Amino acid sequence: MAHVILEKVQKTYPNGFKAIHGVDVEINDGELLVLVGPSGCGKSTLLRMVAGLEETTSGKIAIAGKDVTCLEPAERDIAMVFQNYALYPHMNVFDNMAYGLKIRKLPKPEIEARVKKASAILELTDEQLTRKPRQLSGGQRQRVAMGRAIVREPSVFLFDEPLSNLDAKLRVQMRLEIKKLQERLGITSIYVTHDQVEAMTLGHRLMVLNEGNVEQLGTPIELYEKPASVFVAGFIGSPAMNFISVTFSDDGKQINIPGGENYYLKNSRYSHAAGKTVMLGIRPEHIHINAGEANLHMKISLIEHLGADTLLHGHFGDDESDLTIRVDGTQMLQTGEKIPVSVAEDHLHFFDTDTDKRIYPET
Amino acid sequence: MVENRPFATFVSHAVLVCGVLLIAFPIWITFVAASHDAVRITQVPLPLWPGDQFFGNLYDTLTKGVGNAREQSVGLMLLNSLAMALMIAVGKIAISLLSAFAIVYFDFRFRMFFFWIIFITLMLPVEVRILPTFSVVANLGMLDTYLGLSVPLIASATATFMFRQVFLTIPDELLEAARLDGAGPLRFFKDILLPMSRTNIAALFVILFIYGWNQYLWPLLITTDKSMYTIVMGIKQMLEAAEESPEWHLIMMTTLLAMLPPVVVIVFMQKLFVKGLTETEK
Repeated sequence: MAHVILEKVQKTYPNGFKAIHGVDVEINDGELLVLVGPSGCGKSTLLRMVAGLEETTSGKIAIAGKDVTCLEPAERDIAMVFQNYALYPHMNVFDNMAYGLKIRKLPKPEIEARVKKASAILELTDEQLTRKPRQLSGGQRQRVAMGRAIVREPSVFLFDEPLSNLDAKLRVQMRLEIKKLQERLGITSIYVTHDQVEAMTLGHRLMVLNEGNVEQLGTPIELYEKPASVFVAGFIGSPAMNFISVTFSDDGKQINIPGGENYYLKNSRYSHAAGKTVMLGIRPEHIHINAGEANLHMKISLIEHLGADTLLHGHFGDDESDLTIRVDGTQMLQTGEKIPVSVAEDHLHFFDTDTDKRIYPET
Repeated sequence: MVENRPFATFVSHAVLVCGVLLIAFPIWITFVAASHDAVRITQVPLPLWPGDQFFGNLYDTLTKGVGNAREQSVGLMLLNSLAMALMIAVGKIAISLLSAFAIVYFDFRFRMFFFWIIFITLMLPVEVRILPTFSVVANLGMLDTYLGLSVPLIASATATFMFRQVFLTIPDELLEAARLDGAGPLRFFKDILLPMSRTNIAALFVILFIYGWNQYLWPLLITTDKSMYTIVMGIKQMLEAAEESPEWHLIMMTTLLAMLPPVVVIVFMQKLFVKGLTETEK
């Protein structure tokens, strides 16, 4: 039970590579913060710095009000779940969970009570406690790894891509279990993943990292509805957001899409962008087929049927940039067909082409 | 390769049988010779079937000693050999484990330099550095002692290198998990590394025990006291009987006894031995 504060945390490797460019964040008591980003963005490095497995070059890390920047991992009151579980192969499940407690010289009955409690939470049977890790399935090993974290009763849980070694079905199931467990135990957690679905479903807040920089920090809905940069917009959401280079008219009330299509903004709030060429982002699920109020036309080049919904690939008018839209149900359409589509004004995202940052509407 | 051709099976079996006979026949002759009395063994033709003196010869060999090494019973030689082989095997394993641990897990200055220095000693076996090593051992007053027999043979680059490879296959996450669990370096060594390299240690023990047991040149050099003779060099001493003919039946019995412990070690540790050399999964 503790909150974690990171202040201007930076990491530079001895070879001069700067992995983390200064991260400031305050994680509240009981919160689950997800660090998300593509591989090599520094998310695991940041987590390992909190764990104390990597040295912090500059800045400060505090857990429960105590500065832990220079402390050993074991002194930080944390527990970590590794990607490949890192269970001791020669110890049985019970000893794996109890090892940390034995080193801390807890009395035997106490150790047994804690392991029993954790295995009850994780639904591990007594028989499984006597097995070796290699005799367990992937999902069970995952549970043991979490059990090892739980028995230590730490202030902070650290998860380093714990689900990436599981198959798709088990991953969904374990994701739910981790969420339930974290809410039940109420332990502050930091969770690293590259999977945006995992990030969106698990996190109270998300921190999107890109090349060691924080792109955006916010709730999943904030990130989805108001992505702060092209990077976040493209990263969150599946299929990914469509990006088209467009130009605002001189009065800022109309946007011109190359290829002849125009979109009229009813209540223009973008006069500060008038005349500019910007990046327009539209999510695939926000473009609807709509003959009545159609404000754009789309030419279909490819159709993918997924059953529950259909992905249509094509472009606006004669514009070259590819476009994906997602529509409900099975649509009986032909490739090459030109269909009327509509997009609500609220669902248009504009980004500056130079800085890649979001252009917010005037209020 | 799975083939079912009777002729090929016959040929491969014939080759194997020939090989076995080639290896086994001298050992059989040794056994036969050890079971006859002194007179029969010197007559032509050589006997091909065992006689009835086996246990009598065994008793004589173990208690009385043979030939030039008469003052020294073979039983004591066996003990000397055992002590030397065990000290070499255990010492080599202990030192190699520790040096491999240092080289893999500690980031000290000139780490690779030291690794290569250890590696280069592969080029300097005892036979090459025999004079300086002898002088060092003599100056330390370790002639005719167990320490003198074993210590110069203990440093081992091969074992260090092998344990280094074993440790490198152990995932880093295990070290990190142990650090999070609060285990210090020695605790990690004892609780995680040692149990995980158990089979490798066993395999190496077999190899090193036989290596130590079969040492000939070094014990020959540094032992002058007959009570320190090891069995392998003792056999040689038995042949050099000055005024009498060699007692072949007893010498052969001694040879049999010298072969026995390595065989026992291999038979009992075979499973671990094979596992240690082939198992890669950690």
